[in-house]
Amino acid sequence: MSSTNKPLRSAQETQAIVARGLRRRYWAERRFRAYGFMAVVAGMAFLVYLFFVIFSNGLGAFRQTELRLDIFYDPAIVDPLGTRKSDDLQAADYQALIRAALKQRFPEVEGRAATRELTRLVSGSAAFDLQRRVMEDHTLIGTAEPRWLLASDAVDLLQKGHVDRVLAEAERPLNDRQLAWLDTLAADGALELKFNKTFLTGGDSREPERAGIWGAVAGSFFTLLLTLLLSFPIGVATAIYLEEFAHRNRWTDLIEVNINNLAAVPSIVFGLLGLAVFIGFFGLPRSAPLVGAMVLTLLTLPTIIIASRAALKAVPPSIREAALGMGASKIQMVVHHVLPLAMPGMLTGTIIGMARALGESAPLLMIGMVAFIVDVPKGITDPATALPVQVFLWSDSPERGFVEKTSGAIIVLLAFLVVMNTTAVILRKRFERRW
Amino acid sequence: MEAAQVDRAGINLKPSGRTSDDTPVEFPTEVGKTVGNISVENPVFTCRDVDVFYGEKHAIKKVGVDIARNQVLAMIGPSGCGKSTFLRCLNRMNDTIPGARVTGSIVLDGKDIHDRKQDVVQLRARVGMVFQKPNPFPKSIYENVAYGPRIHGLAGDRIELDEIVHDSLKRAGLWEEVKDRLAHPGTSLSGGQQQRLCIARTIAVNPEVILMDEPCSALDPIATARIEDLMEELRQSYAIVIVTHSMQQAARVSQRTAYFHLGDLIEVGETDRIFTNPRHKLTEDYITGRFG
Repeated sequence: MSSTNKPLRSAQETQAIVARGLRRRYWAERRFRAYGFMAVVAGMAFLVYLFFVIFSNGLGAFRQTELRLDIFYDPAIVDPLGTRKSDDLQAADYQALIRAALKQRFPEVEGRAATRELTRLVSGSAAFDLQRRVMEDHTLIGTAEPRWLLASDAVDLLQKGHVDRVLAEAERPLNDRQLAWLDTLAADGALELKFNKTFLTGGDSREPERAGIWGAVAGSFFTLLLTLLLSFPIGVATAIYLEEFAHRNRWTDLIEVNINNLAAVPSIVFGLLGLAVFIGFFGLPRSAPLVGAMVLTLLTLPTIIIASRAALKAVPPSIREAALGMGASKIQMVVHHVLPLAMPGMLTGTIIGMARALGESAPLLMIGMVAFIVDVPKGITDPATALPVQVFLWSDSPERGFVEKTSGAIIVLLAFLVVMNTTAVILRKRFERRW
Repeated sequence: MEAAQVDRAGINLKPSGRTSDDTPVEFPTEVGKTVGNISVENPVFTCRDVDVFYGEKHAIKKVGVDIARNQVLAMIGPSGCGKSTFLRCLNRMNDTIPGARVTGSIVLDGKDIHDRKQDVVQLRARVGMVFQKPNPFPKSIYENVAYGPRIHGLAGDRIELDEIVHDSLKRAGLWEEVKDRLAHPGTSLSGGQQQRLCIARTIAVNPEVILMDEPCSALDPIATARIEDLMEELRQSYAIVIVTHSMQQAARVSQRTAYFHLGDLIEVGETDRIFTNPRHKLTEDYITGRFG
């Protein structure tokens, strides 16, 4: 080191070295931005493709083919004993009304085989519709009315363009005769695609034209509501305890490590746990939203706890000191000052946890929420299924009609998610405090 | 730091800033021996042999000092000398720091504050604190002041609470500035106003002692002057202990001054005496600006 205070290089030399490096530095920046942009574009493209496929497949599920027949509520069929009692009316053969109406519409059809083919145009479940109608209004007996009846899934597929008329007769779900009848009906304006109320209000069914999503929506709703009620208080309380009250020692370290590890446990393991403990040991009902919620609570707790602890850590210590300095007790400090400031972060964690719970199907399979359940659940102990499980069930069904139902269920699932998250975001906005 | 230890070893240098030659310079070599009179008549706080440990670190060593009523005690000293730590002992705010341990006796009005029967919430209602950085709650101005009376149940009804809020803001010299916007958030005020809001919040509980931890270090000179005037008024009713890095401020506002150095209380005395005639070499070095 020389004793004179002279720089190593002259200013010009330094500038020249800096200038040489500039090009490379800017190039690296441009390259990085290009990679990022490409990644975003690729991601968006996949997303758009996904939505396109789901919506193009699934929108059909919201419309259903119906055909119009003149139904005569024949007292001899509906109420052969003439009692007008509900039990007798319920036991009547409503399918016969449809057969009679078809016979009247197509009087030229004769023979068992042809009659059967004709009857197959109407959904097997259309009779339930007539039954419900008569049960509600006894005065209909003996009168006639034009009635839109659910068409069978084969007719529905044809109407939606999923059946190729050019194919050989044996390879089509509908033969030439049936096509001819349908054309006649269509020419009369008696065959139409109508809004599918059943899909949005009904429970599951083995017949795709009859299958509804509402049972799964209600199941998911009960399950998630209960999950929220269980996991949010428990998660927040755990986070507050660990962050504000617990002394740091080996035990709390152990708990912390375990919570972090739980977040990474495969969800089906939680399902097995629920099966063994909640159903096997405590004897809770199978397939019930109650057990589903308890399992999903275990699943979401780590997420909520971790996010809540991070939110609590982010509250400035000066606020805690201010509160304690005023003589607030520890719990007053937490409830009055720390919690309001940490609430938005906690809610964010809860949204993430609940979104995961909504999309979870594996643990629900283990506790029996995969069962075929026709009735819409009315409470947390009724057998139920959930939206992702319903998607799984329908995607597994062999009938062609379930393809669009599957996509339709996914659309409903996405809508459910959007509604849930929007509510949470609005709630979070209301809790947010300007700092 | 090294220089200080050399000094302590007893090398007799005639200090350049000495104002009088007749006062002997003392060099207490043992820990806990403070120059000057640590006792006062009728003290509100009596602290003896106070030690504070942060884990292994011995932050405060055998500190003993009395705090007088209706006086301002200024605590000065270089950074890290333990003055804030000692201040936080007085309302047991050190309890909140993991690993902190306080020993010795700190007696408030004849009762040890570390006594089992002494409730820490009660203690903090009696010994209020104003912090370095203004830290109003993220609530309205009204709610900031009303918070203490509310949690301690000091106001019977809304009218009484309004009165306490009004009175506290008035005594903190903030009423005229905020009377039309009590519902605005406390954080919307300027730094100096926020600090006065914090003082109003503290006196709303009517404590006996107010601890101030560098209350003006984040404020401009005008706001600082207002707070200093306020302290002069407040000492009519309360004992005040202030930690400050500004020796001018200590000289302006306090009646007694304590000088801390590396966890030791070096010297205590009347402020006038400390600043004109320090008896300890370290005190003298500090106030004449040789280090610190």
